[in-house]
Amino acid sequence: MTDLSSPSPRLNQDGALAHVAYVLRSNPVTLLAFCMFAVLLVMALFGPYLVPHDPLVSNAAQALQPPSLVHWFGTDNLGRDVFSRVVVAARLDLAISVAAVALSFAIGSVLGSIAGYWGGWLDTVLNRVFDTIMAFPLFVLAMGIVAALGNTVENIVYATAVINIPFYARLVRAEVNIRRNAGFAQAAKLAGNSDLRVLAFHIFPNALPPMMVQVSLNLGWAILNAAGLSFIGLGVRPPTAEWGIMVAEGANFIVSGEWWLAIFPGLSLMFAVFTFNLLGDGLRDIVDPRQRS
Amino acid sequence: MSLLSIEDLKVTFATRRGDVEAVRGISLEVTKGEVLGIVGESGSGKSVTSYALMRLLESNGRISGGDLTYGGVDLRVVPESTMRDLRGREISMIFQNPRAALNPIRKVGHQIEDVLRRHARATRFTAKREAIRAMEAVKIRDAEARYHAYPFELSGGMCQRIVIAIALACDPKLLIADEPTTGLDITTQKAVMDLIADLIRERGMSAMVITHDLGLAAQYCDRIAVMKDGVIVEEGLPEKLFSDPSHPYTRKLVDATPRADASIRSLLPPEQRTPEPSLTEVTAPLLQVRNLVKTYQGKSGPVHAVKGISFDVGKGESVGLVGESGCGKSTTSSILVRLDDATSGEILFNGDDLAKTSARTFARDPRRASIQMVFQDATDSFNPRHTAGQSIAEPLKRLTGLTGDQLSLRVEELAELVGLPLPLLNRFPHQLSGGQKARVGIARAIGVNPDFLILDEPTAALDVSIQAIVLNLLVDLRQKLGISYLFVSHDLHVVRLLCDRVIVMKNGEIVEEGPADQVMSAPSHPYTRTLLSAAPHPPALTVSVPSAAE
Amino acid sequence: MSGTLRTVIVRLSQAIPVILGVVVVSFVLTRALPGDPAVYFAGMAADENSIAETRTALGLDKPMAQQFLVYAGDVLAGDLGQSLSTGQPVLQDLMTRLPASLELTLTALVLSCLIAIPLGILAATRPGSVADHLCRVLVTAGVSLPTFFTGVVLIYVFYYLLGVAPSPVGRLDFIYIEPDRITGFYLIDAALVGDWETWGAAAKQLILPAITLSLFTLAPLARMTRAAMLSALSSDYIRTARAAGLTESKVLYAYAFRNALLPVVTTLGMVFSFTLGANVLVEKVFAWPGIGSYAVEALVVSDYAAVQGFVLAMALLFVALNLIIDLTYTLIDPRIGFETR
Repeated sequence: MTDLSSPSPRLNQDGALAHVAYVLRSNPVTLLAFCMFAVLLVMALFGPYLVPHDPLVSNAAQALQPPSLVHWFGTDNLGRDVFSRVVVAARLDLAISVAAVALSFAIGSVLGSIAGYWGGWLDTVLNRVFDTIMAFPLFVLAMGIVAALGNTVENIVYATAVINIPFYARLVRAEVNIRRNAGFAQAAKLAGNSDLRVLAFHIFPNALPPMMVQVSLNLGWAILNAAGLSFIGLGVRPPTAEWGIMVAEGANFIVSGEWWLAIFPGLSLMFAVFTFNLLGDGLRDIVDPRQRS
Repeated sequence: MSLLSIEDLKVTFATRRGDVEAVRGISLEVTKGEVLGIVGESGSGKSVTSYALMRLLESNGRISGGDLTYGGVDLRVVPESTMRDLRGREISMIFQNPRAALNPIRKVGHQIEDVLRRHARATRFTAKREAIRAMEAVKIRDAEARYHAYPFELSGGMCQRIVIAIALACDPKLLIADEPTTGLDITTQKAVMDLIADLIRERGMSAMVITHDLGLAAQYCDRIAVMKDGVIVEEGLPEKLFSDPSHPYTRKLVDATPRADASIRSLLPPEQRTPEPSLTEVTAPLLQVRNLVKTYQGKSGPVHAVKGISFDVGKGESVGLVGESGCGKSTTSSILVRLDDATSGEILFNGDDLAKTSARTFARDPRRASIQMVFQDATDSFNPRHTAGQSIAEPLKRLTGLTGDQLSLRVEELAELVGLPLPLLNRFPHQLSGGQKARVGIARAIGVNPDFLILDEPTAALDVSIQAIVLNLLVDLRQKLGISYLFVSHDLHVVRLLCDRVIVMKNGEIVEEGPADQVMSAPSHPYTRTLLSAAPHPPALTVSVPSAAE
Repeated sequence: MSGTLRTVIVRLSQAIPVILGVVVVSFVLTRALPGDPAVYFAGMAADENSIAETRTALGLDKPMAQQFLVYAGDVLAGDLGQSLSTGQPVLQDLMTRLPASLELTLTALVLSCLIAIPLGILAATRPGSVADHLCRVLVTAGVSLPTFFTGVVLIYVFYYLLGVAPSPVGRLDFIYIEPDRITGFYLIDAALVGDWETWGAAAKQLILPAITLSLFTLAPLARMTRAAMLSALSSDYIRTARAAGLTESKVLYAYAFRNALLPVVTTLGMVFSFTLGANVLVEKVFAWPGIGSYAVEALVVSDYAAVQGFVLAMALLFVALNLIIDLTYTLIDPRIGFETR
């Protein structure tokens, strides 16, 4: 919808860029969040090629070594390099959460848009379904789903997606609903747009800013969720490197003082979640066109 | 003797673009028993002045200069605790949007008690009795029962009475009324203003009435100060301001304020006045509405929004549809523009019954382009993600199939037609002023060459000087393009300027219909007379409004 | 008052479809087990015969609708099946362990409310102050903390490094005898019999897991309190109250805070959900003998009846908590009950 009618579209582009620049300048924390996100991306995309040791090769002679120049984050009880494992794990953790959030975003958007725009019995039914999902403590429901569907990584993705769908659907529903009779939606109908077009091209894009914020916050939450599940032994199995399971394994050694096994994967997990939370707050300022001036 | 004196007051706000001076050195006096009106358009600094006086500025605002003296007390230097003692007991304030001004989850009676007990006007034991007395003082009937009501259970006018009761509970000597009637219906508006005026007179209080409505100020105030951009441009007696304004801005405001004897061109500054438009010769009917009924299911039974109304709009004619909120005028207009379906009735457009095509499928109907609408809330009616240009182009693309250069040319042509500078086409709605948004809305509606245009209070949110320009633009466009108008409004004076014929609605029915001049000069229905007398009567050289109610 | 009563009844009746939905979901989860549920429920050492027996016993050979009715009937009768690992009825296991979980969860919740709400109010009333900055840091850092990791760190610092915390195993150090079961809450039971030594020991065990859990719930509560207070303080009725000269404490508490409480109470529902979920993780970290660690142990040995019983129990607990929240809400907000929802 941006291809038309602006005699000089370049001007808008500049405006948008200037706005991003303005937000980043006035809020260095957001800039920091973007940098942190870049670090995570590099870890996830190139991690396996960058790490100094094979994350899966054990070496009994090198077991439980504290951090040193050779093993930056020390070694675990099987003598594996903790640093390599932490870096390599980023890909799996991010993949799980991105996949889960993408699924729930897509399904939630469609269901929420329909329910918010047309209302009626579908809205009532969906509401009941979401009520039921939300009636479970969400982590517990995820446990139940993974236990029932089988203990695999895909099922962690599905479980995380299911418990997130109500959030997206409800958010979209509310955003669509308040705009359903807004002047611009009516104007779009007067311009000859069918209901579906009004919903897809006029109302939904305006619901995106709050959605993007939700996506970002949700990514952090999805990572926590997935790591929590593997912490209690669901989904990811040893010897796969994953932050939650690494903390779980390391926790056994914390009482005897071998802190590096649990602390480094735990810190990485925190780093990732923190990044997404900061990003979420920063995105709010950037994507909202009303803040542009 | 002056009760309040303001000397060279300056108020500064810290914003992210640096300090902004909202009030730039104003001086005012209010003497005992006097009602001072402060009139200005949005952004003139009139409300800020009153907040500064109460020391209730938002946290980023501060008084950066000048003196505020009330009864010999320097309000700028007294400690906050003294200020709290003064507020409510010496100086009180009432606000616009009365419903929001009351605590939503506290009984209104208790909210009055809070003030009474704070200023030791009542004890725990007498509080209820005193609160009910305060409610009776603002002419609330059945005060005992209303004492237990929550704000959401009361009408807007009733909420404003409660706000007044809170303000006057402790017999203050100075009352500040900040746009006290904005958002209220015109008849409620008059009742509230009359009540305030009576109470002020009875108690011998002084008052400051802050309003954008010069006519209202002229009717209720002893003296008026006109503010613009943070300074007072003129001060004087109402009659003097109207008959002989000395500042060009006052002149412009006076001209732009719709009066009973004004003509459409006389709203504009003299140098911009073009010849008055001529009346339209109606030849054939364009739209014939027959027995239109709209009933929908409310929370407590069916609501009869429109109860079988019939009227015609001729080709090229401009018809006004007037009524207060809830009279069914908005429902009627949204049915006519085919955004909503009628329960029953016919909408004959050039002889075709449009009611046969459902609102849902009308978007793709070939007749879609011939009926368009200009929306009331200019902000809400634009997609925030589309530029002005995109908004104007949208109907052209969908309904006329124009693309590429032709489309751009047409958009620019329309912008010129409504007087919108071309560079503004690239702006987003929030970057445009109210008047500019109104122009974009009009350009969008006329782009597809409609035969019939519904104007839903297109100037309600605009300052009067902008309203004058937009109304004149609409008149010019009608002459140029020959479009029929249905002008929906609550303001009879505005409607008269623009319309050949007027329809007055109340409770879903048409109570009066006739040529605009006739309805205004010799209204036949009592409701029309009430509406006419409720509108503010600015002093004019020749008042030609019969006031049957007086 | 009768209006309030009616609202309460309406709200109670609204919980019925939700409970029904919960039972349906839990039924579906039970039947969605990979492969043949009978094989799972018959246990590890089952042969052909015992599997067939289990199938008949569970009614798995009957149509789905009938199976559901049987299941719902069992749930209603309190029969959640037998646990493979303990050999006890699941319901009995859960009841024995529930007080441990509740004691931990409630302590954590009270703790986080006590800190988060005043902090949020302070932050909102004094923007830019130390409290405001502290609040912001806590809010952003708090939601990023994986509970299980916080627990591990706290153990390392307070048990291993400082040696002030007792060994992070269970509700009571083994040199103490657990108090006679009255309520099942050690703190209450010990206090009731006046055994303050045991009380102290139980409190010592409780404090680290409770802090772990409350650190996690602090963030959303403080964030919401701050936001709700800010929006309440900037509303028109606060301006009216100030213009009437009301004292600052009246404005803050009777006007702003009462209004801000509404969104905070709503957030509590979400916080409960987080807490009950995080509870599972914290119980595992601290070897806390509650229903969470029971479920984790059951998961490891594929004891599905126990896991599903746990999921159902948690859901019902959560529904009950939400009901309490909604009823509280009804009492605070007079507008509820008038708006037909």
